[in-house]
Amino acid sequence: MSAVIETKNLKKYFSVPGGVLHAVDDVSISIERGKTIGVVGESGCGKSTLGLCLVHLHESTDGQIFLNGEDVTDLNKRQLRKFREKAQIVFQDPYSSLNPRMTVDEIIREPLILSRRYKKGELDDRVDELMELTGIEERLAQSYPHELDGGCRQRIGIARALSLDPEFIVCDEPVSALDVSIQAQILNLLMDIQEKSSLTLMFVTHDLSVVRHISNSICVMYLGQVVEMSPTEELFLNQLHPYTKALMSAVPSIDIHNPSQRVMLSGELTSPINPKPGCRFKDRCVYATTACEEPQTLEEITPGHLCLCSRVNEINQLV
Amino acid sequence: MMSEKNDNLLSVRDLVVEYTSGGEIIHAVNGVSFELEKGKTLGLVGETGAGKTTIAKSILRVLLSPPAKVKSGEILLEGTDLLKVREDEMLKIRGAKISMIFQDPMTALNPTMTIGNQIAEGIRLHNDVSALEAEKMAIDMLQSVRIMEERFHEYPFQFSGGMKQRVVIAMALACKPKLLLADEPTTALDVTIQAQVLDTMRDLRNQLGTSMILITHDLGIVAENCDTVAVIYAGQIVESGSKEDIFDHASHPYTVGLFHSLPMWAMGEKRLHPIDGLPPDPRIEPNGCMFRFRCPRATKACEATVPNAELTSGHFCRCIAPKEEV
Repeated sequence: MSAVIETKNLKKYFSVPGGVLHAVDDVSISIERGKTIGVVGESGCGKSTLGLCLVHLHESTDGQIFLNGEDVTDLNKRQLRKFREKAQIVFQDPYSSLNPRMTVDEIIREPLILSRRYKKGELDDRVDELMELTGIEERLAQSYPHELDGGCRQRIGIARALSLDPEFIVCDEPVSALDVSIQAQILNLLMDIQEKSSLTLMFVTHDLSVVRHISNSICVMYLGQVVEMSPTEELFLNQLHPYTKALMSAVPSIDIHNPSQRVMLSGELTSPINPKPGCRFKDRCVYATTACEEPQTLEEITPGHLCLCSRVNEINQLV
Repeated sequence: MMSEKNDNLLSVRDLVVEYTSGGEIIHAVNGVSFELEKGKTLGLVGETGAGKTTIAKSILRVLLSPPAKVKSGEILLEGTDLLKVREDEMLKIRGAKISMIFQDPMTALNPTMTIGNQIAEGIRLHNDVSALEAEKMAIDMLQSVRIMEERFHEYPFQFSGGMKQRVVIAMALACKPKLLLADEPTTALDVTIQAQVLDTMRDLRNQLGTSMILITHDLGIVAENCDTVAVIYAGQIVESGSKEDIFDHASHPYTVGLFHSLPMWAMGEKRLHPIDGLPPDPRIEPNGCMFRFRCPRATKACEATVPNAELTSGHFCRCIAPKEEV
């Protein structure tokens, strides 16, 4: 199987007062058709920036992006329009990502009109079809976003993203603003759609139980870098990077007889501005030594399981 | 059972709170009763709009009125009904006997005051101490939430989210209150920081013997921090009991539905099990079981008033057909 979307050494730097902020630093990932990659990490780790770069809502600083093997790193206006028909995004906040002056019908219809793919008579059918697919009741077609609840708004965001049959969708924390009972409805919807149309997804979230459920593989980011990447179940069984271990253990367990064995982290995220070479996690890491001040490389430790830590073998007693 | 009653720090009885909005009545809290023992933590769990925050604000009497109105009920703190206390006395209770931590540490702090002075301000208000002594006590509090003394004279913008929330905790506990109301104290924080903050709160509460009402939508946080749990739906407590009652013997269909919605629960299964539909419109006058519109077990009988039945000692469930699942 070939990759639908792929990045090679992708970088996104921002100039800020005080230096250069390394939001995404040398990220290489690839997602196969019909698969989902989960990107996890804490606020400011660059996971959303990565998602935004992939759909050209941010222009990357360096590196390459490929869609179906074709280099789509630099696109002119016309190419970008074509690209957006294939790569879409669903945003975190269903309250601010919908135009408050447009009805549900108009929001879903707009991309269809812009694409000029549909004849006038076909438009209504397509809108109906999308609303049915995403579980939006027909009677809400003429409602405005403020009249709807969060779950329903997120369905509109999904319907809009799906309108032109994209191949790839970035879901940027699509359920974080929703209550658990509604969150489960939306996650089921996304998985149903993916099954029907072999859609490729990047799921950006801070919620590990959500990614475990929805992703085939997971990529853990810390201060702009991928520190660990692995098939989902392997990662939950076997965390190699000290940050991943701490992150996983910090999630409160719902099993009252079996609470999480916490690896407490000292300190907080260091600044992503002008990072020093070497491991970016070392100041919070219990295993840090002088070796960690050397530049680190992402290495395949076991098949398909990559880790950015020069001490990975010692820490995990693999050798 | 009588002896237990004497250990109660707080009893809330039949609390009813309404809001008026555009001429319509919003039924926010519809007859809520619960007790909190000294030194214990009660988890108040429910979804957006269930009335959790309104309950906490009623206890501290900081609801904006209008639009909010406490229609009836009693809130007894060590036997004194807080709803009947004069406002000038309430000023002495707030911050000293009861304090509250809000969800968003960014807006809970005064941006133009140093964090040290913000902590010392409360201490001076409630204790007869000099400015110097108050400062000393504030520094102690800062250190107990693991913030270095050197940062006493810094402003909130110089702190990260996790540290701001620790400052808020220091402020809330500076006068050693008997009751701490924590409203989603870690929802705005990352998980590793959340773990640090909850850890700090637990240590401090144990030290000071503070009781706590922890409001959250995260069942994992409840599992790790609470002694008793009340599950709230549409302004009513639908199930309450010890942590074991709720996590091992969940009986109300809503509680069961909440657990089953969690991705953690579906381990290995492809589909999640959401609760169908949405919470009821809070403008509807409460009648019968308010969960019946979404309940897989609902029958005609659920339209009548549902009693709060005691299933086992201390485990209450507001359902005519409670079923033990899990």
